[in-house]
Amino acid sequence: MSTFVLLLATGLGLGALYFLVASGLSLIYGLMHVLNFAHGSFLTLGAFLGWAVAQRMDPSSWTGFVASVLVGALVGALVATLTELLLIRPLYDRHIEQVLVTVGLSLATVALFEGIWGTDADFIRGPAWLDETTGVLGARIPNDRFLIIAVAVLVLVAIVVFLRRTRYGMIIRAGVENRAMVTALGIDVRRAFTLVFAIGGAAAGLGGVLASHYFGYVSPTLGGSLLIFAFIVTVIGGLGSLTGAAVASVLVALLQQFANYYAGGTGDFVIVLALAVVLLVRPAGILGKVAA
Amino acid sequence: MSGPILSVQHLSASVAGQQVVEDVSFTVPATGITAVLGRNGVGKTSTLKAVMGLYQRRGEITLAGERIDGLPTHRVVQRGVGYVPEDREVFSRLTVAENLRLAERQPEPRRELVERLFPDLVARRDQMAGTLSGGQQQMVALARALLNDNRLLLVDEPTKGLAPLIVDQVADALEAASETVPILLVEQNLDVVRRLAGDAVVIAGGRVVHAAPAAALLADEALTQRLLGVHAETHDDKGAAR
Repeated sequence: MSTFVLLLATGLGLGALYFLVASGLSLIYGLMHVLNFAHGSFLTLGAFLGWAVAQRMDPSSWTGFVASVLVGALVGALVATLTELLLIRPLYDRHIEQVLVTVGLSLATVALFEGIWGTDADFIRGPAWLDETTGVLGARIPNDRFLIIAVAVLVLVAIVVFLRRTRYGMIIRAGVENRAMVTALGIDVRRAFTLVFAIGGAAAGLGGVLASHYFGYVSPTLGGSLLIFAFIVTVIGGLGSLTGAAVASVLVALLQQFANYYAGGTGDFVIVLALAVVLLVRPAGILGKVAA
Repeated sequence: MSGPILSVQHLSASVAGQQVVEDVSFTVPATGITAVLGRNGVGKTSTLKAVMGLYQRRGEITLAGERIDGLPTHRVVQRGVGYVPEDREVFSRLTVAENLRLAERQPEPRRELVERLFPDLVARRDQMAGTLSGGQQQMVALARALLNDNRLLLVDEPTKGLAPLIVDQVADALEAASETVPILLVEQNLDVVRRLAGDAVVIAGGRVVHAAPAAALLADEALTQRLLGVHAETHDDKGAAR
């Protein structure tokens, strides 16, 4: 029982990280039809700079941790905004070129990060509470899982409230459905593009800081490794569906954790298999819009 | 007498490299309704979309004397061009109220006018637009354009696929709207054209082949038959150019 609970909590924690990356990917694809392969770089940079700030303050203090989280989110938002303005916007409606430029940016930034911080993982630490465990139904659950899950839920709620209650949220929801018609109402949809990139970048940067605590290190390839699973989550959940991304994040992470433990470390294989099944049975994803 | 509100000269448009409008020229007077007529697939909808900037276009388009052919779609709309697309294109996963709010461009939108013309929408304001009937969706599409003080409305086949009773309601709304704003109307239903339109422009093969008062065109049965492929007599409920 305790193993089951531990796998469940760890899986939910991993799912929370997947969601923080996948939410931005899904929103960006839904509105702009851009598969953003540079999204992992926002995460990695957020993690590195967040850790740098925590080191300068006091990594074991809550103040340092909170500052690192804020810096991670801010850096993610800023870099994502610049990426949209400088690289994506000039290639408006040229989707293949947009994808290629994000792939190029992803490769270039990993090389840049390796040049700055080296190729080895940088092991990190945080407030002592994060390294401690809490007993749940006989299982000792690392506390950082609770924090990561709580943050992901807060991010989900914040994005949903933003989408439901604000004018820009309304524009984004309408744009996901019919972007051309939004412009035909006199709305400059490009501002919504920038905003969606910023929101996605902030979630990724935040996810980067939390991922570094989940795994215990930060490295230039941190974002890339999470991005692969976030893409799988986004496709399984349904490209453009935030709720789909949330549901698929949990399903994929749990499946991965349980398969790794009970099926001889086959977690990654099972996830790819699940992706293939979804693409064959329901190509639009769990909650994706079926093409007319 | 004032000049035309819209002047389109040598307009060409293409979609995915394929030419859909070729050297179209016409003007729209500053008052009343001008109908764009033609058989299916001749480029009527494409002409409207090209004017809106939804398709890549070449040529000269002026709105009240100002060039708008270099503007992106949202700027064309901000200059005062309201657009009611073919097939309504309401946002199905937004409520009626959200669809309307999204369209509001001015500090004091004309909600009273919209509520007067389409009282059914008031009762359905919290309903998802995707669950409305075709007629109700058309009302949402028209209401979005009428909320603002536009200088011109482009309305694309507003009665397409609607029941005769709803067709009358839509025609009533267009007639009321035309008292304050000129309308360029793509319409297949010749009864509606006969009732509403002052002028008519006929497109064939992506070009304008005839421009004249609508009544004169529809009175000439041979010409109507040749240009539109239909007889021009009044029908009770189906005078459409099919």
